[in-house]
Amino acid sequence: MSDMNFRTQAFNKANLKRRRAQSKAFEYFCSGVTGLAVVVLALLLYDIFTDGYRWVDAQFLNSFPSRFPEKAGIKSALVGTLWLVGFTAIIAIPTGVLAAIYLEEYAPKNRLTHFIEVNIANLAGVPSIVFGILGLAIFVRFFGLGRSVIAGALTMSLLILPVIIIAAKEAIRSVPSSLRQAAFALGATRWQVVRAHVLPSAMPGILTGVILALSRAIGETAPLIMIGALTFVAFLPSGPMDEFTALPIQIFNWTARPQETFHELAAGGIIVLLAVLLLMNALAVFIRYRGSKQ
Amino acid sequence: MAELSAKKTRWNEWVLEKLFFFCAFVSVITTAAVIFILLEETLTFFETVPVLEFLTGTRWTPLLEPKHYGILPLVAGTMLIVMGAAIVALPIGVASAIFLSEYASHRARSIIKPILEILAGIPTVVYGYFALTFITPGLRVILPDTQIFNAASAAIVVGIMVLPMVASLCDDALRAVPASLRHGGYSLGATSFEVTTRIVVPAGLSGIFAAFVLAVSRAIGETMAVTLAAGATPNLTANPLESIQTMTAYIVQVSLGDTPSGSLTYQTLFAVASVLFVSTLMLNILGTWVMRRFREVYE
Repeated sequence: MSDMNFRTQAFNKANLKRRRAQSKAFEYFCSGVTGLAVVVLALLLYDIFTDGYRWVDAQFLNSFPSRFPEKAGIKSALVGTLWLVGFTAIIAIPTGVLAAIYLEEYAPKNRLTHFIEVNIANLAGVPSIVFGILGLAIFVRFFGLGRSVIAGALTMSLLILPVIIIAAKEAIRSVPSSLRQAAFALGATRWQVVRAHVLPSAMPGILTGVILALSRAIGETAPLIMIGALTFVAFLPSGPMDEFTALPIQIFNWTARPQETFHELAAGGIIVLLAVLLLMNALAVFIRYRGSKQ
Repeated sequence: MAELSAKKTRWNEWVLEKLFFFCAFVSVITTAAVIFILLEETLTFFETVPVLEFLTGTRWTPLLEPKHYGILPLVAGTMLIVMGAAIVALPIGVASAIFLSEYASHRARSIIKPILEILAGIPTVVYGYFALTFITPGLRVILPDTQIFNAASAAIVVGIMVLPMVASLCDDALRAVPASLRHGGYSLGATSFEVTTRIVVPAGLSGIFAAFVLAVSRAIGETMAVTLAAGATPNLTANPLESIQTMTAYIVQVSLGDTPSGSLTYQTLFAVASVLFVSTLMLNILGTWVMRRFREVYE
C-alpha cells in the first residue's frame, strides 16, 4: 500500500470503522487459537484419565507385567525407571555442571571454546533415537555392557548432558560478577571463588535445570528401545549390570497391542508416569520459588 | 611452609581446571563418536548396496524377500509427517505468539506460558497413545476411508508436540522487535492489526523462519508417536490417510527384533540414521544461523 493511500484511508470514517472491526476480529482470532492449546491439553488429560483411572491401584503398582490384563502391573517398570534415573543423575549431573563451570568460569575466549559451545548447542538438537544408536553401538556392543541399567543410564546421560550444561551455564552467568571480583580481591583462587560463591548463588537455577533434564530422561522411550531394554521383565534389577524395563517402554508395549484392555493398562501406566513427572516439576517450581525469595 | 601450601593450591587448581575441561570436552567426544559410528557402518553398508540405489530407490523392503534398499519411501513418509505437522503447528504457533507478545495481559501470559511448557514436557509416547486412541478414531468418524494406522493422525500429534517450541521461539522473535517501531505505527493512526501484520511480523520474520526450521528438524527426528500411530508400511504415497513408515519408525521396528550385529539389516539402521542425522543437523545449523543474524539487527 502506498503512503498516500494509507493516509486517505486513515481519515476516512467508514474505513476507520471497518479497520477497527478487522483489528478486533484479529485479536479474537489470535486469542481463540491460543485457547486451542488449552483445549488440546484438556482433551489429552481427559482421554487418558477416563481410559486408565480404573486400573491405577495398589495391585497395579505392585504386580509384574502379565499376559492377563487383570493381573498385569508396572512394578518392574517403575523400579527400572528409578534405577535408570538414579544412575543417569549420578553420571550426568556432575559432568554437566562441571562442564558448565568450565565454560563460564575457566574457558579462555578462543576457537576451541567456541567450537565446544556450538557443538553442545547442536547436540541438543540431535534426535534422541540417534543417541540410542550411539548407545547400542558403544555401550551395549563395544563395551559389552549388554541390555543393562548402566548401558541405559550412560546413553540417557549423553542425551541430557546438553540440556544440563545449557541450563547450568545460564544459572552461572546470572551470578553478578561483583561477587567474584570481591572474592578475588581477597586473594581467593578461582576454584575457591566458584565453590564458595558462584555455585551457592547459582544453585537454585542449576537444580531447576537438572530436574527438568531428569524428567526428560524419565519420559524418553526411543533410546531405550534402541539399546534393547526389554518389554517383558518379571523381576527387579538388583544392580547396574542387570537387565531392566522402564515405564515408557511398558507403556509403548501395551499401546502397541491391538486389544482394547491393554490400551487401558497403557493409560494407567501413563497416569503413573505423568504423576512422577508432575512431582518432579513441582519440586523444580518449589526450588525456583525458594531461590527467588532469597 | 606457606610457599609449599601455595604450590599445592596451584597444583590443585591446575588439576581441577583440566578435570572441568574434560567434562566440557565429553560433548565433543560424543559428536565425534556419533559421526564415526554412523560413517563406519554406513560405508560398510554401501559396499553391498550402491549409494545411488540407496538414495534413489523407490522400494524399501530390507526385511522381506526380494530385498530392496531404496530409502525414498521412508523419506516420503517422513516428509508427509513433517508437512502435516507444519500445517498444524505453524499457523497456530504464530497466532499464539502474536497473542502472547501483542495482546495478552500479564495474567493471561502467566497462564498460557506454563500450559505450553506442560505440553512441551509430556513424553512422546504419551502423544503416541493420544494419537492412536483419540485422534485416529476421531478421523475415522469424519473420513471413514482412514486406515487404522495413518500419517494424518501422527502428523497432527507431532504438530501438537512442536507447537510449544514454535510458539515460544516466535514469541521471543516478536518481543525482540523494539517498541519504538510499534509506537511509530500507532502514531500514524494504524490499528493493532495493521501494526502487527505490517510492522511487527515482518520485523520478526527471520525469527519466525528460524522457529519453523527448528520445528521441522524436531518433527523429522520424532520417533514414538509416529511409530505408534503412522504404522510400519514403507509406502511411497502422498495420501495422509494411508499407513506409512518414517525413517525413525523403521529404526525402532528393526531394533525391536533381534538383529545380529554385522548383518546387512543391522547396517541399514546406521544408513538410515545417517540420513536422519545429516538432515536434522543441517536444519539446526540453518535455524540457529538465521536466528543469530536476526538478533544482530536490533542490538
